[in-house]
Amino acid sequence: MKSKFKKIFAGGLGQLTIPLIAIALLVIFNLIRDPSFFSITFSHNNDGNTIIEGNLISIINGASELAILAMGMTLVTAACRGQDISVGAAAAIAGSVFVKVLKAFSVINPGTVIFAFICSCIVAMLFGCFNGVLVAVFKIQPMIATLILYTCGRSIAYWINGGATPNVKSHILSGIGSFIPGIPIPTPVLIVILMAVIFMLVFRFTSLELLTQSVGINESAAKLNGINSTFIKLLSFIILGVCVCVAGMIGVCRLGLINHETLLIDVEMDTILAVAIGGNNLGGGKFKISGSIIGAYVIQMLTTTLYAMKVSSTDVKAYKAIVIVLLVVIGSPVVKREFDKVVRNMKAKKKSVSKGAAES
Amino acid sequence: MKRFKALAITAVLALTFVLAACGKSGNGSGPIKVGVINNPPSESGYREANVKDMEAVFSAENGYELKTFYSIKNDEQLQAAQGFITEGVDYLLISAAETTGWDEVLTKAKEAGVKVYIFDRKIDVDESLYEAAVISNMAAEGDTAVQWLLDQNLPEYNVIHIQGAMGSDAQIGRTGALQAQFDNGTMHCVVQQTATWDEAEAKNIVESVINSGESFNVIYAENDGMAKGAVAALDEHGITHGVGGQVVVMGFDCNKWALRELKDGAWNYDGQCSPFQAQIISDLIKGVNTTSDKIIINEEKGFDATTITDSDIEKYGLGE
Amino acid sequence: MQTDPLLQMRHIVKIFPGVLALNGVDFTLRRGEIHALMGENGAGKSTLIKVLTGVYPSDGGEIKVDGQVISIKSPQDAQMHGISTVYQEITLCPNLTVAENMFIGREDSVWINRKDYEKRADEILSNLGIPARSTQELGNCSLAVQQMVAIARAVDMRCKVLILDEPTSSLDDKEVNMLFDLMRDLKSKGVGIIFVTHFLEQVYEVSDRITVLRNGELVGEYTVEELPQVELVSKMIGKELGELSSMNEPQDSEAEKKEVFYEAENLSSSDALPFDFKIRKGEVNGFTGLLGSGRSESVRAIFGADKVTGGKVKINGKNVTITKPIEAMRNGIGYLAEDRKRDGIIADLSVRENIILALQVMNGILRPISRSEAESYADEYIKMLNIKTASRETPVGSLSGGNQQKVILARWLLTHPEYLILDEPTRGIDVGTKLEIQKLVLKLAEDGVSVTFISSEIEEMLRTCSRLVVMRDRHIVGELKGSDLNQTKVMQTIAGGESKDEEQI
Repeated sequence: MKSKFKKIFAGGLGQLTIPLIAIALLVIFNLIRDPSFFSITFSHNNDGNTIIEGNLISIINGASELAILAMGMTLVTAACRGQDISVGAAAAIAGSVFVKVLKAFSVINPGTVIFAFICSCIVAMLFGCFNGVLVAVFKIQPMIATLILYTCGRSIAYWINGGATPNVKSHILSGIGSFIPGIPIPTPVLIVILMAVIFMLVFRFTSLELLTQSVGINESAAKLNGINSTFIKLLSFIILGVCVCVAGMIGVCRLGLINHETLLIDVEMDTILAVAIGGNNLGGGKFKISGSIIGAYVIQMLTTTLYAMKVSSTDVKAYKAIVIVLLVVIGSPVVKREFDKVVRNMKAKKKSVSKGAAES
Repeated sequence: MKRFKALAITAVLALTFVLAACGKSGNGSGPIKVGVINNPPSESGYREANVKDMEAVFSAENGYELKTFYSIKNDEQLQAAQGFITEGVDYLLISAAETTGWDEVLTKAKEAGVKVYIFDRKIDVDESLYEAAVISNMAAEGDTAVQWLLDQNLPEYNVIHIQGAMGSDAQIGRTGALQAQFDNGTMHCVVQQTATWDEAEAKNIVESVINSGESFNVIYAENDGMAKGAVAALDEHGITHGVGGQVVVMGFDCNKWALRELKDGAWNYDGQCSPFQAQIISDLIKGVNTTSDKIIINEEKGFDATTITDSDIEKYGLGE
Repeated sequence: MQTDPLLQMRHIVKIFPGVLALNGVDFTLRRGEIHALMGENGAGKSTLIKVLTGVYPSDGGEIKVDGQVISIKSPQDAQMHGISTVYQEITLCPNLTVAENMFIGREDSVWINRKDYEKRADEILSNLGIPARSTQELGNCSLAVQQMVAIARAVDMRCKVLILDEPTSSLDDKEVNMLFDLMRDLKSKGVGIIFVTHFLEQVYEVSDRITVLRNGELVGEYTVEELPQVELVSKMIGKELGELSSMNEPQDSEAEKKEVFYEAENLSSSDALPFDFKIRKGEVNGFTGLLGSGRSESVRAIFGADKVTGGKVKINGKNVTITKPIEAMRNGIGYLAEDRKRDGIIADLSVRENIILALQVMNGILRPISRSEAESYADEYIKMLNIKTASRETPVGSLSGGNQQKVILARWLLTHPEYLILDEPTRGIDVGTKLEIQKLVLKLAEDGVSVTFISSEIEEMLRTCSRLVVMRDRHIVGELKGSDLNQTKVMQTIAGGESKDEEQI
């Protein structure tokens, strides 16, 4: 029991320690503030489906896009030692293509939705490729390279939409964005699980994880071991492109409209934060996708908590910043080192005490 | 593929301009030369409609030769205005990026005999420098909407107020009237939050109220998109809305799709922010209407779900 | 030479979790002496130095400077007491000027204007005979000069004790001599120098005294005269050197009869001039030459590590194209790179992941090695090569240099190469591991693997190689085998027929 406790503090959970503690603190805080905060109830939505609802569901549901983007971002961060800041803009493009293609058909059926998804996926992957080529081939710093798409992405989405905010109405889309009849869990949550499983399978049945980490930690050595580092980096951006497309699609389906100006606005910074809170080194190298997903939920839980406390949404950002600063500082190597020192001293003291006891 | 699309769009636009230019030169009897300085259509759906309206009204068929310049930068707009004056336009129509810095250019225009109309936004210059300013009154929009809401005679008013980007003209105007009701206690504010025009954020705000279990019966969203986000939250949680529903839904801007929601009875009210100033100015130029007022408030309607007609949607709806 | 002690460390103890890193070590440094601190990796040299420079707090013992007991709690304390360190890796800023580097970050630097400190820097540089100007950008200077600037910086901070930690490992012979001249000059000015190095010859060339550590304990302090090289080595590794000498016989040229595995004609790369080369199965050959002679560049061209620009390559008599490492690997070639940290280890990854890396890459991205397979591979090679690691999941970066090198060797052995290129596999690692690696090379050759072996220590190459390719100024200038394989002949060939520097390596 004691050793288990010790192990957790000595990094048994490794990089997940901080985000898990953060979640635990937020849960405790909310339970004290309002014991019914996490109550979950069954109800019916306007389509007559039985659904579950409550703050917890809102948190998990609301973090879906962020979690999916964070998965892809983790990979890019690991391989390219930098972040893609164009995910929000790229999602706006992907969402716009999705709607554009759907609108080209007179009827919306599963076939056309899948076709539209594939189209927007291809477009998102192409834009991922564009970023990837700048980073992997031309060796431009990821933040600078993706600044280009960050700047112009929403304008491109504007062109696609012809300046309007096109609406699409369909039960299929609301099925993707909210609930599928007969399933009480929000569909975006299911999509997150699906994406996480896909990532797990990819890591299980390919050596992508090892190769990506090698490139991120020591590209020069990776190359000399025959790894095509350009390909690995490009691949990470293309995979992020898929994530962007899925996130964009969820965003569109939630509301049944595409607003290129507001779809997933400012999501890039939250995504990067999710990766960082998840204990991943933003300088690349070793990574844990699970950490980033938890990071996304931490951010969303924080936001939801603040909303529930009726903090003005203009102030939410400031409060978020305070908590995030704390998290990042606590997770920093300096604090970790000091913490280790304290633990070691305590151990040493305990040892000397027990020794003394034994001698006496 | 995307690039191709962009190219195609650019090409089409260019072609339109060329054709338009040809049309004008063919019209021999001296069209009225109009220079329009506006913000770029990419700014918003409102601006897009505004620009289209200008281009439609001041067309060759209507006897105009139109020159346009779009920028969100004031100094670029000033330069363009200077250019239009030098080119010898008859009328200069301005929707300025910033309210200041226009004295010099407008004085030159006056000296050159170019008549100036200001539209959409006011400019801080002496009234003598322009013929008239055709502008929206955002506060009036709010007043109309809140008056409509009061007219519904609800037994109680528990309002979720979703604001636009704080500090924008539209937000200030549309918040004012409702805030007054909150302040004097005629309405109860359940929550007042800004969603910064973001639909998803609006949905989050409403969802957090639903989860908290507080009751509400009015959603006052300061644009259509946020109203739509709010409605999505209602739908997900099985709360009825619109005509005969549990919650009254109010939006602004009169997008066509929003007016259709209204027609379907899913929403209750949509307030107009009219981008259509061109016809008023054209009428003034051609002497169809005359007025001595320097400030002309563009009349803005509010639509009620129970009275809206298809022709309203066609006439006043923005976008497709 | 004055003999009163400048620095005395008495009964220094340092404990790391689970390890007694220093067990009551004594160390004495006198004014105006160069004192070599010797020991295998893990003997406690770096720990002792880190205690002295305040990086680690000591867990016992006392330190006296000029007879005064002092306490050193941080590197700043150490510097205040006149103790300065110049590390193996240059820790200056290459994009600043020499003068800026000498004065940056010093308390007094804020109040000095540029003209003044450039003037002062020039004075110091010329005083010490360092061939650099104060206004030069540091990055444009050679590594040796950069190192000397680091020393000049230390000296100017009124240092009494100068610690040089592996200062020569990236310098060529000429540069080493320049550095030695500087060290002798400082010595004559009364500075006490602690010299840490792996190069035994250099110890004898420049040092006055030697202190040997082993397993965290003091073995003894000796003057250079009373401790011949062979004895030094035996004190360091704690056993007599029968093994070392038994291997010291030129390999017979039996391999001559075997068939050629690899053959290159006019092979060239962005970094290597065209050259011809071939190697037979089971042959151990060496590339030798001074640093910059093109020996590394040539073997990199064989492996496709740099951009290959021309040439014909045959493997087992068949034409092949090798322009990328992966193509070389698929043709059975492995390459252990010269710079272990930069081109070898993936520091944050575990020993297991580092070992399977090359095999995994050859398998391709879609055929991952399963966890259990990887674990058994790792265990097998950890045992076979006697890799000292807490577990197979330990990050490789936390291992000692020699063990890191073994991990990389394991990585390549796991691919079962038919031709293994080892570029400086023994640099910067302890004597014991060096021996193990040499033995391994011979064992591989017995099993029919072709090996190319590169080392800066010619003696080591003479011991292992049956044929030496000698390079000078990026050209192959000779091939030595059989009775020609002796130090004199190698030196002559390297130097171009003249044999004036027989003693120096």
